[in-house]
Amino acid sequence: MVFDPETEPVPAESAEQRPAAGTPSPTVLETRDLDVYYGHFQALRSVSLAFPARQITAIIGPSGCGKSTLLRCFNRMNDMIHNFRAEGEVLFEGRDIYERAMDVVDVRRRIGMVFQKPNPFPKSVYENVAFGARINGYEGRLDEIVQRALRRAALWDEVKDNLRQNALALSGGQQQRLCIARALAIEPEVILMDEPCSALDPVATLKIEDLMRELARDYAIVIVTHNMQQAARVSDWTTVMMMAEDRAGEMVEFGATREVFTNPRDRRTEDYITGRFG
Amino acid sequence: MTRTAFDQQLSEIQEDMLVMAGMVETAVERGVEALKTRNVDLARQVIADDLHINRKRYEAEEKCLELIATQQPLASDLRTIVSVLHITVDLERMGDHAEGIAKIALMLADQPPVKPYIDIPRMAEIATGMLMDSLEAFKRRDTALARAVCNRDDEVDALYDQVYRELLTYMISDPKTIERATHLTWVIHNLERIADRVTNICERVVYLVDGRIEELNVSKY
Repeated sequence: MVFDPETEPVPAESAEQRPAAGTPSPTVLETRDLDVYYGHFQALRSVSLAFPARQITAIIGPSGCGKSTLLRCFNRMNDMIHNFRAEGEVLFEGRDIYERAMDVVDVRRRIGMVFQKPNPFPKSVYENVAFGARINGYEGRLDEIVQRALRRAALWDEVKDNLRQNALALSGGQQQRLCIARALAIEPEVILMDEPCSALDPVATLKIEDLMRELARDYAIVIVTHNMQQAARVSDWTTVMMMAEDRAGEMVEFGATREVFTNPRDRRTEDYITGRFG
Repeated sequence: MTRTAFDQQLSEIQEDMLVMAGMVETAVERGVEALKTRNVDLARQVIADDLHINRKRYEAEEKCLELIATQQPLASDLRTIVSVLHITVDLERMGDHAEGIAKIALMLADQPPVKPYIDIPRMAEIATGMLMDSLEAFKRRDTALARAVCNRDDEVDALYDQVYRELLTYMISDPKTIERATHLTWVIHNLERIADRVTNICERVVYLVDGRIEELNVSKY
């Protein structure tokens, strides 16, 4: 089922008020009949999806179903891959990010990304966060930006006394929150997360999940995870993807997370989430 | 502190359950008041309000199922959710018993009372007192209070016995009272069931705190 903002009721809401989980809100990011190829191999087939503002959408599915490929389409991270080709549309605030005139750097600034393994630069905590703002030509007070981003990423209290320490000295969970702070510092509108907790222990994972809920007050978050429980815990919406017989990734279901995990509409979703898949 | 959103949802289901208990308490009190004062409007109000109680129960069930499906609750979190699921079912049934009393109040409203209503309101008072105390025990996770509340079920059973015999006496001495007196036996039956269901809540409190499922007071009925 495709989430269609044209037919779903869109409730009126104030800027401060976050829509309740599972309540449709304005779309910020959308794909329409997206096909992705690597050479002759079709990696995604006809994916049509809409991601609501200020909510968390999880993309789940078995390995190889195209979750990460889909996620990477949203900030054109696949461009670097040889033979990559996308057909269809990826609309960000109504504009196709694959159109020629689109500034890729600007797309990546507005659609930030957090990766599977924390990847801080081998620099100080401060420099890691200030980096993005600096290369984007920001000339304001960097200290304020750094502090704000670290606070938003729920890391400030743990690092405020030693902002000059090397980021690599932080724990894995702290490093991942630092990477989130680094993404926040350049004020994106969407945050993409590719298995952001797969390298973390359970407590650090729950901290990141809490942080995601907090961040969803202001940002649209799209998270790819093969941890179904995490998708269930943290997201408002869930997209289930599967691999077709020709190995192309397809979307089999999209719905409010509570619906997908209590009463999925597609048999394949039921089999997958109950562990009877394959 | 992690899992703030989940903790908040856990609090919400418990608060909703307490609100629902308040609605049931009001329904029982009003049902008996309607009977006693032959107040048709109040009886109708209780019947109408039961729909809200039923709706609350379904909402609670949905929220609990959502938490089980999405949050992987374990240990005391799991016991809390399971307890809320059970208790809201019991509360909903108590609401039905209150509605039953209100329906009898409607039937008897235009007829003279068989007997003065003293023991029936007393039964209602004990039963609603037990209900509110059982939820206090839930809030405080107080098993001693839960066990004490259960023991009061015997008082309700004793009153049931007493009123039942009294009603039989009326029926024997004056067959014209049979219909009205039979209706009143339904009322006392409803009240006895309410108190009995309170003991289920108390059992859930013990389960919540100690993790043991145990029958606390085997009702005479």
